Amino acid sequence: MSAADYTDYQAARAFASPHAHGGGEVRRTMFLVLTALVPATLFGFWLYGWPAFFLWLMTLISVLLFEFMSLRLMGQKNAGRALGDGSALLTGWLLAMTLPPWSPWWVGVLGAFIAIVIGKQVFGGLGQNVFNPAMVARVALLISFPLQLTAWVTPLPLTPLTAPGFIESLHITLGQTPVPDAITSASLLGYAKTELSRGIELAQALTTSHAPQLSWLGARAGSLGESSALLILAGGIFLLITGVIRGYAPLGVLAGALIPAFIAHSIAPESYLDARSHLLSGALMLGAFFIATDYVTSPTTGAGQLVFGLGVGLMTWIIRTLGGYPEGVAFAILLMNALTPIIDRVIKPRILGRTWSGRPIVSADAGKEA
Amino acid sequence: MGLMEKFFGLSWGIHPKDHKRPAADAVTRIMPAPERLYVSLAQHLGAPALPSVLVGQRVKKGDLLANPQGSVSAAIHAPTSGVVAAIGEIPAPHPSGLPVLAVTLAADGLDEWSEALEATPDPFALAPDEISRRVAAAGVVGMGGATFPSALKLASSRKAGVTTLIMNGGECEPYLSCDDRLMRDEADAIIDGIRLMLYATGASAAIVGIENNKPEAIAAMQAAAQAYSEVSVRSIPARYPMGSEKQLVQTLTGKEIPAGSLPAEVGVVVHNVGTAKAVRAAARYGQPLVSRLLTVNGGAVKHPGNIVVPIGALVEDVLAFAGGFSATPGRLVMGGPMMGMSLPHARVPVVKGSSGILALAGAELADREEGACIRCGSCVRACPMGLLPLEMARHIQGDDLKGAVKLGLKDCIACGCCAYVCQSHIPLVQYFAYAKGTLAAEDRAKLHADATKKLALARGERLAQEAREKAEVAARRKAEREAAKLAEAAAKTATAATVKTVETEGAPA
Repeated sequence: MSAADYTDYQAARAFASPHAHGGGEVRRTMFLVLTALVPATLFGFWLYGWPAFFLWLMTLISVLLFEFMSLRLMGQKNAGRALGDGSALLTGWLLAMTLPPWSPWWVGVLGAFIAIVIGKQVFGGLGQNVFNPAMVARVALLISFPLQLTAWVTPLPLTPLTAPGFIESLHITLGQTPVPDAITSASLLGYAKTELSRGIELAQALTTSHAPQLSWLGARAGSLGESSALLILAGGIFLLITGVIRGYAPLGVLAGALIPAFIAHSIAPESYLDARSHLLSGALMLGAFFIATDYVTSPTTGAGQLVFGLGVGLMTWIIRTLGGYPEGVAFAILLMNALTPIIDRVIKPRILGRTWSGRPIVSADAGKEA
Repeated sequence: MGLMEKFFGLSWGIHPKDHKRPAADAVTRIMPAPERLYVSLAQHLGAPALPSVLVGQRVKKGDLLANPQGSVSAAIHAPTSGVVAAIGEIPAPHPSGLPVLAVTLAADGLDEWSEALEATPDPFALAPDEISRRVAAAGVVGMGGATFPSALKLASSRKAGVTTLIMNGGECEPYLSCDDRLMRDEADAIIDGIRLMLYATGASAAIVGIENNKPEAIAAMQAAAQAYSEVSVRSIPARYPMGSEKQLVQTLTGKEIPAGSLPAEVGVVVHNVGTAKAVRAAARYGQPLVSRLLTVNGGAVKHPGNIVVPIGALVEDVLAFAGGFSATPGRLVMGGPMMGMSLPHARVPVVKGSSGILALAGAELADREEGACIRCGSCVRACPMGLLPLEMARHIQGDDLKGAVKLGLKDCIACGCCAYVCQSHIPLVQYFAYAKGTLAAEDRAKLHADATKKLALARGERLAQEAREKAEVAARRKAEREAAKLAEAAAKTATAATVKTVETEGAPA
């Protein structure tokens, strides 16, 4: 090349350092989380059949539409590109995983609206929401439509009934065919709550033949993507290894729920469920690895995340054990979301060369020679 | 990275791709002085130097061009022999390209050294302060990029009773390999320089810290230091910003420098390995700092490598000597990619602190539009100072600079780790630089306002004083006048009386 090149070079503007970048992208992070959700989701489809798939699809399409409309309304020019960051898709996907798999279509659409418009965009969009949008939607739906939101179906591959076909499933999702009572079933948490309220001791209640069974693989009645503890754990480990999430919050959630469960069960097994049942039931695993680790609504420091997680776990156990609802992960998450700004205010890293209170440290050598 | 580090992120700093090879392995080249050199008078920390030559004056290599001015400043010398063509403003090697005063030298091509250099066979026979004086006379500044006048640091270390000399061979900035190359090529000279610095500061031991991605340099330095028990060479983990003073001192000695204090507070002082070589040249041979080793690197450079460049050579001359571009660069940078400054164009001169010239290709830059913060906390984990970059930026965006200061803005070392890891491409360093600049301007404005207020108060007082004095004078005059009147009246009556007396007693004698 000729020397003219050097004289020709003219910077377009002054660039701020650093001039290199690590290559991390929001889009890549979201994609990794979605990837981690795939095994548990596919298992959910297999377990609960076509209706589960339709509900999932409905929810995802709806979040994308609501996100696009919101961005447009707010005057964002390249709303299509902002959509590509995958954050709305993740919200919708997580919401779908917490819904009863045979819910009618409008549950998904309404949930998507609550999550995206009320839970996220009203606060100012990506990164601004105080509460986890998927959990806001989950809780709003549960309170508004308790019947539809607790219609758990028995996993079909394990029943003598043949699974509904493609067209039949469409009818279920469209709400034209009510879910037959014969294939609905209580979740273990709900069953235990009901039996306890009837004055039947747990030991007795859980040994009867119609007591719901739990397993690590997750063939149980439950939400679309919450049942398989093993596959969710696999997704969580994948996220830990890829560095998308850190271990503090999941550790906190599990410890916060299981330690009190273990202690209570040891003291009074007749009225408290054991730790394993708590671990394999409801949304505890999904909450620990995928919801409590949400960047936007959880603290930024490791210690803060641990406190946050412990709070979520403990609240979950308290709500499950003492509250009116059999399941409490979503409520616990929202309660701790509200505390996140305070946790972040109180728990900060120590600045190098300063004490925790922010004053310069006093060096051991000071005053030795001046 | 260990498993715990992976799961819990127990670390500061980042591990950027270092891009140091093949440039680090290429043989060092020496660039002859180009036809014209533009020697900046402000290429050190502190006040610009004051020119001591006249236009048209003939100088030899190493002759003084400008004297230090003020307490923190450094002398400037001729990088080659020739004639002073001009003393005036040229674009500074800074993103703004604002003018800086420089001496323009037309080289005569002979590159003759000055005869006035004070060489000495045994500098250890000199008094320690004499070494500092020679280092000052040679215009040596910190070669790591901070360009603090080295003589001042040597003398103040002696006064502060520093016990350990930390030699920075970390060179943690990606792309740069000039320190690596220097340690491989001239380990003996560096060790000699370190011993001279030990002597000048009165410190008892020197520790050379070299990142473990430079095994050749570690081997060369260890071999050269073997004969001297007071100099130890240590391999340290490669991690950015290991070469930052506070991080390096903590890694090598375990001591934490208190916020707002110098390393001398914990009994250490930090110098760059390149400075050791310059100190040696000054103390042994009386040679001033007129050239430096720098790295020419980047995806757009055809033959990356390390080059000895005369101070004042234009970046375009250095690039031409290096072999030119292989592609059109997206950005020219002086220094490293993490903390270096983008250049407005290639017609700016090399200065004493230039550790590298990078011509980065578009693909290396990862330029993206700034997105919304998703609070992922990567910046919090990366910050080597333990700050909360995302919170500081949020306060600055809301124009709450005081809030940012409360969060530790003044402890920020602008290393760029936060912006490097930011998934949303938020230019965090730019926010912090803006806030620091605005606060500094406010401080200056406040000083100015205070001074003005003081002057106004003084003027008011002075006017009041004057008025008081005037009144006093007027009162005195009035009193005097009245006294005079009285006296006159008295005199009149007296005269009248006298006249009467005379009249009664007859004519005077």
